[in-house]
Amino acid sequence: MEFDFERLIVDDVSRHFGRRRALNRVSLTCGAGTILGLLGPNGAGKSTLLAILSTLLAPSSGRVRYGDHDARTAGAALRARLGLLGHDLYLYPELTARENLEFFARLYGLARPRERVDRALANAGLADRGDDAVSGFSRGMRQRLALERALLHGPRLLLLDEPFTGLDDASGHALVTRLRGLRDEGAIVIAATHDLDLAEGLLDEVAILREGRLVRVTRTDGPLRERYRDAIMAASVAPRQERAR
Amino acid sequence: MRQFLRVAWVVMRKDLTVEMRSREIVYTTVFFAASCVLVFAFALVREGRPLEDASAGILWISIAFAGTLGLGRTFERERHTETLRALMLAPSDRPAIYVGKLLGILVLMAIVEAVLVPMIGLLFHAPIFARPAWLVALLAAGTVGFASVGTLFAAMLVRARSRDVLLPVLLYPITIPVIIAGVRGTAAIFQSTPDEPMARFWAALLVFFDVVFVTLSLWTFEPLMTE
Repeated sequence: MEFDFERLIVDDVSRHFGRRRALNRVSLTCGAGTILGLLGPNGAGKSTLLAILSTLLAPSSGRVRYGDHDARTAGAALRARLGLLGHDLYLYPELTARENLEFFARLYGLARPRERVDRALANAGLADRGDDAVSGFSRGMRQRLALERALLHGPRLLLLDEPFTGLDDASGHALVTRLRGLRDEGAIVIAATHDLDLAEGLLDEVAILREGRLVRVTRTDGPLRERYRDAIMAASVAPRQERAR
Repeated sequence: MRQFLRVAWVVMRKDLTVEMRSREIVYTTVFFAASCVLVFAFALVREGRPLEDASAGILWISIAFAGTLGLGRTFERERHTETLRALMLAPSDRPAIYVGKLLGILVLMAIVEAVLVPMIGLLFHAPIFARPAWLVALLAAGTVGFASVGTLFAAMLVRARSRDVLLPVLLYPITIPVIIAGVRGTAAIFQSTPDEPMARFWAALLVFFDVVFVTLSLWTFEPLMTE
């Protein structure tokens, strides 16, 4: 039976790099058919959390559960259900767009790789540039191609680090539509972003991080920018009041 | 097992395709290795007569230096684009990625050796056709031993700031037995009367090193690559 999961549970996860604490006791839950936004200023721990969720980084303490499994027991079967679009795009600039996608399709052991690649190139709007080397692509084109690379194997959990970087308005809105489609198909989408304008109306839930701590998890039924500002303000005032006492 | 081999093959093919496009590593390592041999030739060949028994040592020193350069550059390429992370995310046994990278490096080193051996024959009057099968066997076994440890260390150091310095510092002490066995075995067949039993002994020792190094590398690759 193919490995699958309906729920992601982050349970009291911390991560230290030497003496620096990148994540501090973060707990959250996310179910299938949800888009969760990870918001927070630079250095808040968003990318570290995504790296832990993608199994590339092990937590210093706490654990992440994918349904009834964790990364250690599920291993390769779990990785087959994960898609990651990192800040670096994980593409080989010397290869063409088609070669890049075909390489990953074969690495994942996908059936009918050529058909999938053709479809992915069409989805990225790069059908006519498929045989061009990626080194000649703009940042936006690479971003679209990298997203298709992350989606090639139909992941259950899609992790996106700043997915709107380099995209023009039309591509940004196309990505929003794509992510909504994935949510409707039952994927768990977790996106770290600073682009609150594009994220507005897209996210179902928001987790706000500051200095490695989770300061708020909320449904997004109000203006996102205000909620974000309030949460960050509250998180920065609280320690000062604590010290004053 | 089939999946393991498929992934290793896909990774190796990708590495060679990237290299065929850029030719960066082949040109650099071949040029470097050829320069090494030429410098030694200027130093050790007087009036057309090379220093006795120097050819085997020079061949293996050039292979080791050029191999280190190639190993560093191969993983620098993966670091630059962060694609090593994408490889680690693939739903396959992670040692298959290691084997794929190792095979790619072996092909590159074989190309370097194909240039080096005739140069050594020409400049140092080494009898490279005296026992060609033994020479190929010694080169193959020695290269596997050197590259298996080198691939592991180069992958491990890919995020270290001083990786260019650390790679040779870690690699050479551990691969010294491989280099010594390669030099002694090659010297045995480069003698005026080739000493086959001696070559067989050193070749067997190289195969033993290969088995130990490849097994240890396969065993430690996954834990070392998980941050």
